[in-house]
Amino acid sequence: MKNWKQYIGIIVPLLVVAGLMLYPTITGKAAARETAFTILKAIALASSLNILLGYTGYVSFGHIVFFGFGGYVGFYLLSVQGVSLWISILVGGISSGLLAFLLGKAILRLRGAYFALATIGVNEAMRAFINNIELFGGPIGLTLNFKAYQAYGGAAKALEMAFYIVAALAFLALIMSYFIRTSKFGLGLLAIRENEDAAEVMGVFAPDAKTWAYVLSAIVPGMIGVLFFFKNGNVEPHDAFPLHASIELLVMVMLGGQGTVLGPILGAFAYQGMRGYLVTSDFFKDIQLSVSGALLLMIVLFIPSGAIGWLRQRNAVLRRVLA
Amino acid sequence: MTLLLQVQGVTKRFGGLQALTQVTFDLPKGQILGLIGPNGAGKTTLFNTINGVYHPEEGRILFQGKDVTNKMPYHLAKMGMARTHQIVRPLNELTVRENVMVGACFGHENQSLGKAAKIADEVLEFVGISSRTDQLAGSLNVAQKKRLEMARALASHPHLLLLDEVLAGLNHSEIDGMIQMILDIRTQGITIIMIEHLMKAVMNVSDRIFVLDYGEQIAEGSPEEIANHPKVIEAYLGDPKLAEQLMEEN
Repeated sequence: MKNWKQYIGIIVPLLVVAGLMLYPTITGKAAARETAFTILKAIALASSLNILLGYTGYVSFGHIVFFGFGGYVGFYLLSVQGVSLWISILVGGISSGLLAFLLGKAILRLRGAYFALATIGVNEAMRAFINNIELFGGPIGLTLNFKAYQAYGGAAKALEMAFYIVAALAFLALIMSYFIRTSKFGLGLLAIRENEDAAEVMGVFAPDAKTWAYVLSAIVPGMIGVLFFFKNGNVEPHDAFPLHASIELLVMVMLGGQGTVLGPILGAFAYQGMRGYLVTSDFFKDIQLSVSGALLLMIVLFIPSGAIGWLRQRNAVLRRVLA
Repeated sequence: MTLLLQVQGVTKRFGGLQALTQVTFDLPKGQILGLIGPNGAGKTTLFNTINGVYHPEEGRILFQGKDVTNKMPYHLAKMGMARTHQIVRPLNELTVRENVMVGACFGHENQSLGKAAKIADEVLEFVGISSRTDQLAGSLNVAQKKRLEMARALASHPHLLLLDEVLAGLNHSEIDGMIQMILDIRTQGITIIMIEHLMKAVMNVSDRIFVLDYGEQIAEGSPEEIANHPKVIEAYLGDPKLAEQLMEEN
């Protein structure tokens, strides 16, 4: 019984993702799969961001740069070089990880607001850079030949497959998040979040730990990028590096509770649910981003540790159960 | 007698301010060295320099015979140096046990999480806050936070422990408890340097005392020698003759 309780912190998140994966099959509606795809993508991205934001305490305002960069590299292999989707996804993830490693060495020495500003700069610089790279199609971007889907049994089959891949990536992000949270490496990250100087004095190799946290938080977004553009059939600089998507990710993580495994999942779920309602309502459809802005403001003012964090602070039992 | 720490001619400047001037001393294994001096004398700066937070402009620091002058704090922690801070630095959002586990996990013994949890429970028992184990560190009061600082440092089973004013802000009974704890730590074979303003405590606990004033070492010796050293009296009270007069009047 006690053992079972110990793992509730990972069982609940896994059940949520499994439920989402089965949701389209249960309802049998075509639109349901699109909804579930968006939520699973948000879960994977938010859980990844949480490794840096929630565990390490570094606010990345431009995390979408890894989605865009990995997506571009993978999509280039897919559309121009004719490499298979699997390898493209893998290479997309690795190249985002590499980018994070190099960026980490350069900007993770900055703390607080300076790091956050630097990440915005990186995102905008990358967009401008890609815009001028002939290899990646410049401002027009790249398009996938419709025939490419044939290798996966036609467009309809390929879309279905993409859905299951996004579910698998959400699982991957979750499991990574859980293992980091419960590992010694994760304890070092939490110590850095709470007080970096004190952590260093106690022997945490902060520069290395931060860099690895950054790398681990970048891999899944890169893979998701490749998959997303494969599903869309094209990639453009404008779609690959949307700054507002970075901010939406922050809202998700903050809403659910930074620094917990379950928090970003609940946050992604709730935020995408709200967004789904807002973009279809007559009144809110043009101002839905301002609603997220207001929401972020409310969270920061009233529940800075998010929904799960709020519960953990008030109950010692929940603190042990909700990793 | 083997030397655990050697500080040789260490000089530290902050812009135009000379914080430490040619500080030199040796610390044999197993001793308690008291570090005293008026406010602003450079005591904490000396700790920060030994511990790798600052790097000195001149001089060398040897720890266990190895030159560690330009090492970072985490390198020194891995070599077996631990410290507490004058202004406590708890990891607020982590539990008391997790705080102590950080010390055990990342210190020179590099413990696994499971082993670290056991060590944490033992050390928390030793410092007397085992009833707070599952509380968040941010919810402790100052005396408990000081004990937590101590527990974190001890959990790494250090060779050298730097204590920065662990008695400040404690009441009488808490001070007696803390002094007893320091003596207990010494019996475990841990070498200690302690900064302290409370003379009664330093004089009773230390084997040797080192006095800093305006970044310069003005005296070094046994507690008795230091208590009667004219330069020390001058540093604390101004004119030594005046100090003597005051003493006689009492």
